[in-house]
Amino acid sequence: MSEPSKEFWKRFAGNRFATAGLMVIVILFLLSICAAFITPYDPDALDAWHVLLPPTSAHWFGTDELGRDVFTRVIFGARVSLKVGFVAVGIAVLIGTVVGLFAGFYGGWVDTLLMRVVDIMLCFPTFFLILAVIAMLEPSIWYIMIIIGLTGWMGVARLVRAEVLSLKSRDFVLAARVLGASDRRIIFRHILPNALSPVLVSATLGVAGAILTESALSFLGIGVQPPTPSWGNILTSGKDYIEFAWWLSLFPGVAILITVLSYNLVGEGIRDALDPRRQG
Amino acid sequence: MANYLLKRVLMLFPLLIGITLITFTVIHLAPGEPVEMQTAMSPKVSAASRARLREFYGLDKPLHVQYGLWLSHLARFDFGRSFAPDNRQVTDKIVERIPITISLNVIALILEFGLAIPIGILAAVHRDTLLDRGISVFVFLGFAVPTFWLALLCMYFFGVKLSWLPISGIHSLGSERLPALARYWDVAKHLLLPVAIATFGSLAGLSRYMRSTMLEVLSQDYITTARAKGVRERAVIYKHALKNALLPVITLLGFSLPGLIGGSVIFETIFAIPGMGQLFYQGVMSRDYPLVMGILVIGAGLTLLGNLLADFCYAFADPRIRHGRG
Repeated sequence: MSEPSKEFWKRFAGNRFATAGLMVIVILFLLSICAAFITPYDPDALDAWHVLLPPTSAHWFGTDELGRDVFTRVIFGARVSLKVGFVAVGIAVLIGTVVGLFAGFYGGWVDTLLMRVVDIMLCFPTFFLILAVIAMLEPSIWYIMIIIGLTGWMGVARLVRAEVLSLKSRDFVLAARVLGASDRRIIFRHILPNALSPVLVSATLGVAGAILTESALSFLGIGVQPPTPSWGNILTSGKDYIEFAWWLSLFPGVAILITVLSYNLVGEGIRDALDPRRQG
Repeated sequence: MANYLLKRVLMLFPLLIGITLITFTVIHLAPGEPVEMQTAMSPKVSAASRARLREFYGLDKPLHVQYGLWLSHLARFDFGRSFAPDNRQVTDKIVERIPITISLNVIALILEFGLAIPIGILAAVHRDTLLDRGISVFVFLGFAVPTFWLALLCMYFFGVKLSWLPISGIHSLGSERLPALARYWDVAKHLLLPVAIATFGSLAGLSRYMRSTMLEVLSQDYITTARAKGVRERAVIYKHALKNALLPVITLLGFSLPGLIGGSVIFETIFAIPGMGQLFYQGVMSRDYPLVMGILVIGAGLTLLGNLLADFCYAFADPRIRHGRG
């Protein structure tokens, strides 16, 4: 590893909160990949004899109103959350980076136009916009990921633009230009790699936001559709049975809380590790 | 200064046009038409009457004509008639819901700023102590907890189990017959949970921001100078540092609005609060285009106003802009 990235890891590892968050995320990944091997139950298998059972050694998180094992549904639900988090943020980062690069590098009217679009998009209460579009489309996890991505790129665009503006006049960029490098080469070889670190922070925090949004949509019944388990839609039935079956509401909620918290802690950890002045 | 304000106000117009353009595009890109919603219920509706319905709503015209028509109505604050069976003016429907949502959000905003700023200062002044870490954990929990889930748990615990608080609506049945004070108390009890949960969820952003600006200001030379010449620590923090650390926070005021308004959909649906968020949710579910578009425009417009207000406050607070050098 190069010297700066070694420094980075040292500082990141020194942050106990961030390390714990990273460990939780890794465990969640493993759980969702190996979900089928970890639990003996099928997430969709109905069992009329074992409806709304409290947690036992056979059913760690109890069973739901159709007799399905809640633990199984929660770890299969982790797949949905991770997928939504990464795809949605991937889309947002892609759009944001392209917009930011163009605005910062070309300046002038391109910059003005793109940044006004950013300003306008930032005015909308995002959840309203997402709700309006999602409710009019056929329910599908892909639409959810795309819509969350399309409404979440503005922060990244501003960050990248600011980075590009400060990098554009640096000596190494001027040197590349003097050597006759094309715009494209300068943008992608010299500016982009240096502008990416603040994007990493915002992307990590964005994953947390996307997971929360998806769970809220699924809770409202317009996100991931049953029988596919997602933390949000397990909570929808949790709401209906809250007086008799607390386990149905508790565990998926805790899963969301821990996951979102971990991404936030890792994001903050990366931010502090990138900028030693902020350490602490 | 006057010049700056004027420029800022003039900037509103292109932004407003952009808001309407995005609203219109978003709604019309979606497949399916509201007429299908209305006619799907009764298969007997003939093709001819379907066409009449489309014509009635102006859906038969090309998109740019529809947009132009809508825009010219908007300029007169006419958002059209709702597609809902009551067929009322969208403006009326929104106007009667707005006060509830705005007052809820303003209370939450005041609480957010009132709590997050001192919390952030405290964390910065006691940096790296147990207090600082405790505050971090607390605000991060608030940030990470899904609000709808917390609302659910609180409703169950305080409402059903302990029956301390009412769990839906904004006043009890027959409360209009109560004396004024008792009526206020009744409303306050209804709003306690939603407002508290909204505030808890929004503390993190602002308090972390406050903490980092405060830390930055505290590391400046003039603070060292103040300390060196023997100014008491309290005065250093609350007089010298705080003034400068508070300045950037003003801009955040405008930015917290869209998040709060967006969150009102969730609160108002869960707690059955008859506000704009609930109206929006109902509108979206029944494809009430004029209503959905109206609320989107108003929601974004409110944020625009909030940002403008924040910028004005900033201009007054920052002497560099106040004296015309910004």
